[in-house]
Amino acid sequence: MKTINITLAGVGGQGILLTSDILAKTANSAGLDVKKSEIHGMAQRGGSVISQVRFGDEVHSPIIQDGFSDLLVAFERMEALRWRHLLASAGRILINEMNLIPITVSGGQQSAVEDMQARLDSEYPQAIFLDAMSIAEDLGNQRCMNMVIAGALSNLTPFEEGLWKETMKMRIPAKLLNLNLKAFDCGRAVTANCR
Amino acid sequence: MNMSEKILLSANEAVAYAAYKAGCTVASAYPGTPSTEIFETLARFKDTINGEWAVNEKVAMEVAIGGSMAGARVLCAMKHVGLNVALDPLMTYTFVGAVGGMVIAIADDPGIHSSQNEQDSRTLARFARVPLFEPSNSQEAFDMVMEAYEVSERFQVPCIVRLTTRTSHTSTVVDLGDDFGPGNVEIKPYQKDISRNVSAPVFARPMRYKVQKRTAALREYAADETAANRIEEGVRSLGIITASIAYEYVKDVFGEFSILKLGMSNPFPTALVRRFAESVDKVLVVEELDPVMEEQTRAMGIEVVEYETELDMMELNPGRIMELRREILGDVELPALQRADYGLPSRPPVLCSGCSHRGLFYVLSKLKATVTGDIGCYTLGAFPPLNAMDSVICMGASIGNAFGMEKAGYKNRLCAVIGDSTFFHSGYTGIQNVLYNGGSVTTIVVDNRITGMTGHQDNPGSGRTLSGAVAPVTDIGAVVRAMGCKRVETVDAFDIERLEKILTAELDADEASVVIVTGPCRINAGLMQAGTYAVDAEKCKACGACFKLGCPAIIRGDPVADGRRFKASIDPVQCSGCGFCEQVCKFEAISRIS
Repeated sequence: MKTINITLAGVGGQGILLTSDILAKTANSAGLDVKKSEIHGMAQRGGSVISQVRFGDEVHSPIIQDGFSDLLVAFERMEALRWRHLLASAGRILINEMNLIPITVSGGQQSAVEDMQARLDSEYPQAIFLDAMSIAEDLGNQRCMNMVIAGALSNLTPFEEGLWKETMKMRIPAKLLNLNLKAFDCGRAVTANCR
Repeated sequence: MNMSEKILLSANEAVAYAAYKAGCTVASAYPGTPSTEIFETLARFKDTINGEWAVNEKVAMEVAIGGSMAGARVLCAMKHVGLNVALDPLMTYTFVGAVGGMVIAIADDPGIHSSQNEQDSRTLARFARVPLFEPSNSQEAFDMVMEAYEVSERFQVPCIVRLTTRTSHTSTVVDLGDDFGPGNVEIKPYQKDISRNVSAPVFARPMRYKVQKRTAALREYAADETAANRIEEGVRSLGIITASIAYEYVKDVFGEFSILKLGMSNPFPTALVRRFAESVDKVLVVEELDPVMEEQTRAMGIEVVEYETELDMMELNPGRIMELRREILGDVELPALQRADYGLPSRPPVLCSGCSHRGLFYVLSKLKATVTGDIGCYTLGAFPPLNAMDSVICMGASIGNAFGMEKAGYKNRLCAVIGDSTFFHSGYTGIQNVLYNGGSVTTIVVDNRITGMTGHQDNPGSGRTLSGAVAPVTDIGAVVRAMGCKRVETVDAFDIERLEKILTAELDADEASVVIVTGPCRINAGLMQAGTYAVDAEKCKACGACFKLGCPAIIRGDPVADGRRFKASIDPVQCSGCGFCEQVCKFEAISRIS
């Protein structure tokens, strides 16, 4: 199969690294070659976080070349714009409708982006929007937001639902598994029409 | 886990798995991004590997050398700048030569993701005349560590396995083999041999000849024997010599051409390079950072394709290699980049909400102190709005730097700021030097009882070791008093008033002093939800004092009448309840609500 390039981007603390780990391990379980690359350096709480996953018959570079990401999963709206240059012209984008104000704005050193929705609409007319936080809150735990996003992401990958859940069982502690599986189901259901 | 399956591992993890399988029993390292996960993974294998966090890289290297001299297989790990610290013992153990297999994992940081500089450890491997392996992915990291142990014992030489941030932090598929388990390698019986192990001049001179012969033998091994070096046949109009992560980019961008992939690039396998060069029309060298292989290829008299594309610094990526192809072959178009400037506000790393370092930098900023800094989370005190650090050079440098400034006649409220782990790493000697030579530097030790920046590793102040065993806790105050320091103060990091009072006195004193500022790392202590503060908008005068703390939880509230100043507000999700803001508010507008 052709190598598929997926970028997950957001803010430290949103659960991006667990999500990309589950994606990569699912691709590995499917018998594909896979590479998952991320940069974690200086204290990253509140910093921009990006993880890239490439899978296919044989994958060489772990980094996705600018303009070649088939899918961009933005865990936060501003981060959807920050990584625009990675997305292929025919690439798809999934945007979590969450706003996290950078400290540079809340502290008054830099200006907020006033027309965020207009910019998103103009850059990404085909974007799939998802309010994962509301779903997670309905399920009673904000921290499963990332698995709501994983459920939506699963619709845009060639892997069976069961394979995703097998990986989740291996990767998530038993006492949190049911909640996270539910979160995954909800994310998968609300974006089912994008499959 | 069924070990015969192919699993995803980062190269850091793969190094630890390989050391375990190779029968390594002694391991010593100092944490440093991007190398830290090697030993965090190694800790899982504590039944057979006696691993430790050493106090610094030089000691780690010396412990590994001792293990090797006693006949055990050993692993040592550090980041690139750590090798600078550890180079002294390595430069002589390369003369003496390994007994038990010795592998040194060095993680370089091309692109300076989380370091104070960019440097290429391959140059130091040449300098030390040791074999260097450079894996392109985790499978190769696993295989090359296994091979490096064999090479180390066969040629009696320590081996470097060089990783980079990209290989260290990329997970790729690894086949650990059906027989994965703890390697059972006998520890060679120790034999006293003075002429072999004592590097005094009389013995070192014959050792020098031994090193020369060994390097020649290793060069032949690299050219003819190792599976790490291979020619991948392709279109012969162009032949590309490449290594490490650059190989993966070359495979994506120049995949149809002949490639000489060097997994063992030092000693440079000249015979193999010549054979390859003779088999292709033109030779191109693609490598990350310094032109180490390119210069050695040219030195052989081989013509190498010249190009303008800048590849000799910062991290490579497929786009930069595509740019190279466009320049030299002209047969590719670069995609129309969408790297538009949206003027998006940045998300820089900041001291966490509730960080115990924040109050100190607030006070130092207020006192307009001159602060020589050091390596750790507290380096973030240099950034706005705190701006409370003047310099950062390397681990332990803060104290010597401050003393040098004092000697140059600069005395305006001068102090050094160093963390607990960095103090244990190389702060002792700096303080001893100030005391011995009659300086008046104030050294502030920010003691949060953990190595924070690299992700909470234990150190001599934390009371635990890598394996989780209880360890004695070093009392920094007692240490500096024993050195002869008469002015030693300990202050609670969360008491701003007392911090200011003591620092004012100590910074102005004309005698050396040490101020130990104690407060736990809030994440490590599990205090990120220890309470919440709120601002009473009625009482807030929009004076901006609390904004000067640079706390991520303190955000702009409503503007006041003039429209330029803003009242403060506290984000309850971010607030961890440290109370610094309550202390700096003169109008009693901030108070604890939970």
